[in-house]
Amino acid sequence: MTTLTDPPKASFRLSMLIYDTRYRSLTIQAVAMLGFMLLAAWLLNNTLTNLATLGKPIDLGFLGEPASYDINQRLLDYNSRDTHLRASFIGLINTLVVAVLGCITATIVGVLVGVLRLSKNWLVARIMTVYVEMFRNVPVLLWIVLAMAILIESLPAPRAFRGDNPEATMKVFDSVAITNRGVYVPEPLFSNSLGSIHLFGDSSLRFDVSLDLMAILVVLIASIFAVRKVTSRAAHIQETTGVRPKTWHVNLAILFVPMIALLAVLGFHLGYPELKGFNFTGGTHMRNSLIALWLALSLYTAAFIAEIVRGGILAISHGQTEAANALGLRPGKTMRLVILPQALRVIIPPMISNYLNLTKNSSLAIAVGYMDITGTLGGITMNQTGRELECVLMLMGCYLLISLSISMVMNWYNARVALVER
Amino acid sequence: MKKSVIFGALTVAGLAAGAAAAGTLDDVKARGKLNCGVTTGLVGFAAPDANGEWGGFDVGVCRAVAAAVLGDPKAVEFVPTTGKTRFTALASGEIDMLARNTTWTFSRDVDLKFTFVGVNYYDGQGFMVPKELGVSSAKELDGATVCIQTGTTTELNLADFFRSNNISYEPVPIETNAEAQQQYLAGACDVYTTDASGLAATRATFEDPSAHVLLPEIISKEPLGPLVRHGDDNWGDVVRWTLNALITAEELGVSSANIGEMSAGTNNPEVNRLLGSEGNLGEMLGLSADWAKNAIMASGNYGELFEKNIGENTPIGLARGLNAQWTDGGLIYSPPFR
Repeated sequence: MTTLTDPPKASFRLSMLIYDTRYRSLTIQAVAMLGFMLLAAWLLNNTLTNLATLGKPIDLGFLGEPASYDINQRLLDYNSRDTHLRASFIGLINTLVVAVLGCITATIVGVLVGVLRLSKNWLVARIMTVYVEMFRNVPVLLWIVLAMAILIESLPAPRAFRGDNPEATMKVFDSVAITNRGVYVPEPLFSNSLGSIHLFGDSSLRFDVSLDLMAILVVLIASIFAVRKVTSRAAHIQETTGVRPKTWHVNLAILFVPMIALLAVLGFHLGYPELKGFNFTGGTHMRNSLIALWLALSLYTAAFIAEIVRGGILAISHGQTEAANALGLRPGKTMRLVILPQALRVIIPPMISNYLNLTKNSSLAIAVGYMDITGTLGGITMNQTGRELECVLMLMGCYLLISLSISMVMNWYNARVALVER
Repeated sequence: MKKSVIFGALTVAGLAAGAAAAGTLDDVKARGKLNCGVTTGLVGFAAPDANGEWGGFDVGVCRAVAAAVLGDPKAVEFVPTTGKTRFTALASGEIDMLARNTTWTFSRDVDLKFTFVGVNYYDGQGFMVPKELGVSSAKELDGATVCIQTGTTTELNLADFFRSNNISYEPVPIETNAEAQQQYLAGACDVYTTDASGLAATRATFEDPSAHVLLPEIISKEPLGPLVRHGDDNWGDVVRWTLNALITAEELGVSSANIGEMSAGTNNPEVNRLLGSEGNLGEMLGLSADWAKNAIMASGNYGELFEKNIGENTPIGLARGLNAQWTDGGLIYSPPFR
């Protein structure tokens, strides 16, 4: 005879939340979460109450008021009657400019130094070691200030260019003026300009896109696309017939003829800087503050990148080099074609955090008076309006957004170069 | 710098309310020390000397307040602030009062929630240029590069001045007076602009002051004075009347030299009320009876402070001008001690 028994009823008692190992961790997590949320709520409530007591409730209305201050480096149109939001936006663009310039330069210098530090040439390797150790071990703020001081103290003032027998002269066929207020280089001008598109109307985020620049980019991309087409066709012919047709003259023509034609149609010419009144006018003015910040940030970050690159290269087994040598590749090609592509997989992830660091370090710009977003929104705007909390929160939001965007792009790139497991 | 701003911003909430509730005067007495915000260094107004002792016109006000409240002019913790950090420092309670060439404006008073307790120097914004540029008026500065201290009213006045005169300029924002001086002397800017008194003080420290001229234009009104947070009127009164005591002392001829005999009692009832030998003004403020005597003894009356730190016999060489007593045709005027 069989006895059918019901499975034991799953009884649940409250004490099991603590004594039953199945539930205990959940209980602890729930309690911790609750505590954390209470703390956050208390902080938030405390802040809001105290701000209200001070008579400064959170209010973003100040962003619409005229900023009343001028910004020297503005890539978009701006004057002192524009709003605080516009001023912040100009600052944001300046931050992005120095971040992008810095990241590119840091990567180039960093990779170069990282590779050279492994050089068999004793002198080269040692010099690179000294460079890396010097830059890595001194705070970046000091490098920024030092770079600025050198630029200001060692270069001639514009008034030194004046007179019949000036103390200083312009360089490169009288087209570049290097002064202690910055470097003036010739600017590209178009006599038959296509004008520009005005995005976002009259709002604070208005943005002009130059059609000339767009046309140049479109032609350039089309040319590159055509060149790749020609190259792949050549490869195809080579595979079927064994003879690779000559392509370099076609490629050169594709690259240059349309571009030159376009520039001729647009009436391209250079605008040279010239001394007029107190300063040079005309040309593109790269201010000292930008140069100092750019230089110091990229050299500083390059030192870290160099170490990452060196680590990445050392992580590749020596067998790879030997195999490449056995195939008859010369050292340069071995590095470029065999080692670096594999090392990239190790290099990319830590590289992301260095790009993020560079971007965040750019907030030290105020030390040299570079008007980045910390200088405008987190500096003058905050000071003139007294909206500390709002400004700092917005500033944090901006940096968070920039950093997350960089992470996203780099993670995508990382996923592309990552080792594909088969 | 950035850290302190963020920290300050976040502690505005935490500290300010607490400080206002407890009363700044009691806090200062309990602490035994006055936290006074000053500049990071402007000779004549506030700068440490070779021994690290702070001295200057604004420092004198801090010392007078410390003497009035605590009886000891040395019981001051000087907190150097830049144009940018000063308001956050005051709002967050890091300092009890700010005496830092700060211009009294509507929005600072009303919107930033500060109480300006008076004016200790009537100033205006001027321009300094090297003599060799041959500029004689600010209106000739079209296209010039101008060094400005960021976070100040001068920045806004400058934008307005150039805009209304329809001329262009290139601003170079700078954090402190010392950096501005370095850039100006290196020729990285043609012009340095700030309050005329600040220009005079800065020029006095140059190797060759005569190679630089102040342009005749004064483009703004800059009444400079000490300030405290909104919401603690009692403390505001203490600072206000300490400043007034210094001014009244000069008007009544009470100086650090004769204060000993005068405090014993004179024929002038106002002097007696001021110095505490008659009436109970000190008690009304929550201070001792000899508060004003201590304040004046700290570094002299208003006139003495002026002459000693920025007057015509100092390298800075500022004339009294607008800052003479009202009896001498100036604007310095204290309400009566009654």
